[in-house]
Amino acid sequence: MTDSNTLAHLDLETPEKPFLDANELVINMGPQHPATHGVLRVILRLDGEKVLGLECVIGYLHRGVEKIGEHRTYTMFNPYVDRMDYVAAVSNGLGYCETVEKLLHVEAPPRAQYVRVILTELNRLASHQLWLGTHALDIGAITPLFYTFRDREEILKIYEKYCGARLTTHAFRIGGLQYETYNGFEREVKNFLSFFRPKIDEYEELLTTNRIWVERTKNVGIISAKDCIALGVTGPVLRASGVKWDLRKAQPYANYKNFDFDIPTCQNGDTYDRYLVRMAEMRQSVRIIEQAIEGLPEGPVMAKVPKVMKPPAGEIYHSIEAPKGELGYFIVSDGSTQPYRVRVRPPSFVNLQALDLMCRGQLVADVIAVIGTLDIVLGEVDR
Amino acid sequence: MITKFKSTYGSGIEPLTYAGQNYMVVDRSMIPEILQILRNEEQFDYCVDITAVHYPKREKQFDVVWVLYSYSRNERIRVKTQILDGESVPSSVPIWAAANWLEREVFDMFGIKFDGHPDMKRILLPEGWKGYPLRKDYGILQQDNEWVQINLGIESGQ
Repeated sequence: MTDSNTLAHLDLETPEKPFLDANELVINMGPQHPATHGVLRVILRLDGEKVLGLECVIGYLHRGVEKIGEHRTYTMFNPYVDRMDYVAAVSNGLGYCETVEKLLHVEAPPRAQYVRVILTELNRLASHQLWLGTHALDIGAITPLFYTFRDREEILKIYEKYCGARLTTHAFRIGGLQYETYNGFEREVKNFLSFFRPKIDEYEELLTTNRIWVERTKNVGIISAKDCIALGVTGPVLRASGVKWDLRKAQPYANYKNFDFDIPTCQNGDTYDRYLVRMAEMRQSVRIIEQAIEGLPEGPVMAKVPKVMKPPAGEIYHSIEAPKGELGYFIVSDGSTQPYRVRVRPPSFVNLQALDLMCRGQLVADVIAVIGTLDIVLGEVDR
Repeated sequence: MITKFKSTYGSGIEPLTYAGQNYMVVDRSMIPEILQILRNEEQFDYCVDITAVHYPKREKQFDVVWVLYSYSRNERIRVKTQILDGESVPSSVPIWAAANWLEREVFDMFGIKFDGHPDMKRILLPEGWKGYPLRKDYGILQQDNEWVQINLGIESGQ
């Protein structure tokens, strides 16, 4: 006799989900994957092609930069910060030097400030060029990579001539600059600007109205301004969602308050808008460099700082607008020659947190586009 | 704002300024309430950073630091609290979603647990790693030899 009553004593509950959901699939992407821009591992939960959720596994490039900082003098730690966001090494150096200067209560002389702005903005161009080339390559457009790398070379040449290094430049020193600019620096930067301005149009010609590009980026990886703020996302990603916020304007550091420039924003917060914002940012950077070259004052490039730096005990949080977002340093001094604690607030690390939210409901192929559009550098995520 | 806080909460809050930057040292027990108020009533809607500092000689060994920013006021503030070794801190993930990874990193580097965090596990170091590298008693060359030997199959990572 098999009616429902006899089965009742077995207490078989109907599971809410079937034991095996044939549609759900967990796949692993990375850590060695060309489109993760380094060693990022992403575990994707998929329903067919649709992303249900994902988890980032990071730390493959962890070198303990913050620990190293506690065991080096202020001067000795300076080159290490270049190796975090290695495509925007100059920005890292600017943030670090300014933070230590605040601890020491010194300020870099005007000429040094101008040269710093020029080199940092050139670095923003280089970083955005690298982003554009690799991002477009991930999506399937190969040409922009060659164009951007060709033009980025000119910036690296200026760096090489200025300080001998191309990527991890260690361009700034605490208190100013180690080197005076070389003969013809101003002319070469000017030449570069007139060379580079039409190049931005060239990139835009390749992509802005390109149907494949638009289809692959429009309405992909949308994030609202509210979510950006809740997740602490900064930089071009925040601005593409409609928040007009840039630390260079909000809390000017270096001498950015002397320059006239706009903060480009967009409204949709999708991958296409983030592309537009970064392109517009390049044009603004060109404007800033132009003004800085015009107004470059004469004078010393190094403030009076002691050979052995012993900042008075205290703690400072200082942040700058790096190409990827807010890059902050929190340094605690105990009055000795070494920092008691160096904390780096990396923009890539915090921005990467938004990847899960931005990819939900999208297709697997879009995950690649979203990782590209976040513009992360794993050296900075992992430190 | 800070003076208003001071008059409401009295001795649990000490407002301080260093080099033009405001911060306040708050008693551990008042942390959840103060953070909530800063978020909801004072518009500190952006949690910039959460970190910690280790002072092994102090009785309360750790400083936990929240760096907050308000978009509408264009203002920063730091909140600091002192805790004992082994003491936990309430998680601020319900207040700012950004706190998730930041708190995991503090746990990873200092071993400070955040109560109510949805996923309290290591983030940069491997899961099974022993020790918390940013504590002052953790040497700069120190590593989890056992983990290295088992997982990497080499004698030492040095």
